[in-house]
Amino acid sequence: MANDYKTIVKDGLWDNNGVFSMLLGMCPAMAMTTSATNGFGMGLATAAVMAASSFLVAVFRSRITQEVRIPVFILIVAAMVTLVDLAMNAWMHELYKVLGLFIPLIVSNCLPLARLEAFAAKQPALPSLLDGLFMGLGFTIALTAIGAVREIIGSGTLFADASLLFGPAFKAMELRLLPTDMGVLMMILPPGGFLVTGLLVVVKRMVDLRAGKEIQMGGAHSVA
Amino acid sequence: MKDFALMMIGAALVNNVILARFLGLCSFMGVTTRIDTAAGMGLATTFVITVSSMADWAVQHYLLDAYGLGFLRTVTFILVIASAVQFTEMTIKKVSPSLFQMLGIYLPLITTNCAVLGVALLLVEGRMSFIGATLFAFASSLGYSLVMIIFAGLRERLALAQVPRLFAGPPIGFIVASLLAMAFMGFSGISTG
Repeated sequence: MANDYKTIVKDGLWDNNGVFSMLLGMCPAMAMTTSATNGFGMGLATAAVMAASSFLVAVFRSRITQEVRIPVFILIVAAMVTLVDLAMNAWMHELYKVLGLFIPLIVSNCLPLARLEAFAAKQPALPSLLDGLFMGLGFTIALTAIGAVREIIGSGTLFADASLLFGPAFKAMELRLLPTDMGVLMMILPPGGFLVTGLLVVVKRMVDLRAGKEIQMGGAHSVA
Repeated sequence: MKDFALMMIGAALVNNVILARFLGLCSFMGVTTRIDTAAGMGLATTFVITVSSMADWAVQHYLLDAYGLGFLRTVTFILVIASAVQFTEMTIKKVSPSLFQMLGIYLPLITTNCAVLGVALLLVEGRMSFIGATLFAFASSLGYSLVMIIFAGLRERLALAQVPRLFAGPPIGFIVASLLAMAFMGFSGISTG
């Protein structure tokens, strides 16, 4: 059993990473990664929704009939998103204003629904909770990585405004790596999002190849 | 009239749903391997976005705003969208069975296309009139279809190209999409003129 949990954690964080391997949840992965801070915040919000909805679906899985499971899953996710939306508006208002539209859009992010269908609908509550949590954390890592690369090249900073969004304790994270006028604006704009994501998928393949693992060529190719 | 025309061009080209707003990327990477499926998907999504945006507008104004239920917006909108998708599926099946055959599996999946929910949320937050909202939704989805078809065309060519092994599949797709997004940034000059 302990081995199982280890696999769940490893799958979520690296092997089956939601963004870089399965290519799910691409919309926030590109729209909300103009800086590492935004990517981190968006990732944590998604992780919270995924952990909670995976747990709920796993608890009620024997009561949800096969025919209506997709609408039920979507409603559970939507309810969790509403909770996160209200909580962030109350306690992290600055971050809420930055993420804006993309908090409600977690509902139609394909990653939570894919994990509910593939994992939580068939497994007990505790592994499902872990799967949701670590898939979400893997998503957070991916978003922070994309955000960091775009922010460093685009504006020369790293985790700028972290203290404004998460509280004064995060002041130490704010770095300036390049002089102000060195930024390449293109990286902050939409084309940079596509470019960095594409290149980071290649980086993950290189690391996997070096570790002697088979590289995943296709991705999940979900059309959701 | 001029305002509406400008807004429609803005929604379709300048603030393109896929390339500027990053909505609907799953279908953008998933079903653009052939031009005809991309066009079918574009058509069905256009219909769903327009119908569900009209319904969402009505729900927001006559139900949520009227009774102060704004916090239920996400839940109600996703339900409206799921019903609109179901309605579209039934209509297409009745009116044109051949089109229904062609779209097949892609129809029910439109529910989780974030472009549908995204456009509905955008027009509610933009405080548009009913006609404005309908035109905005229609123009946005036309922009979506246009980019889907262009990208499918590019990928059909890409399938024949020699791509380094590490870049094969999605990564080269992202890089091509990045170039396409750069090309679409050229449209941003229109809105000021």
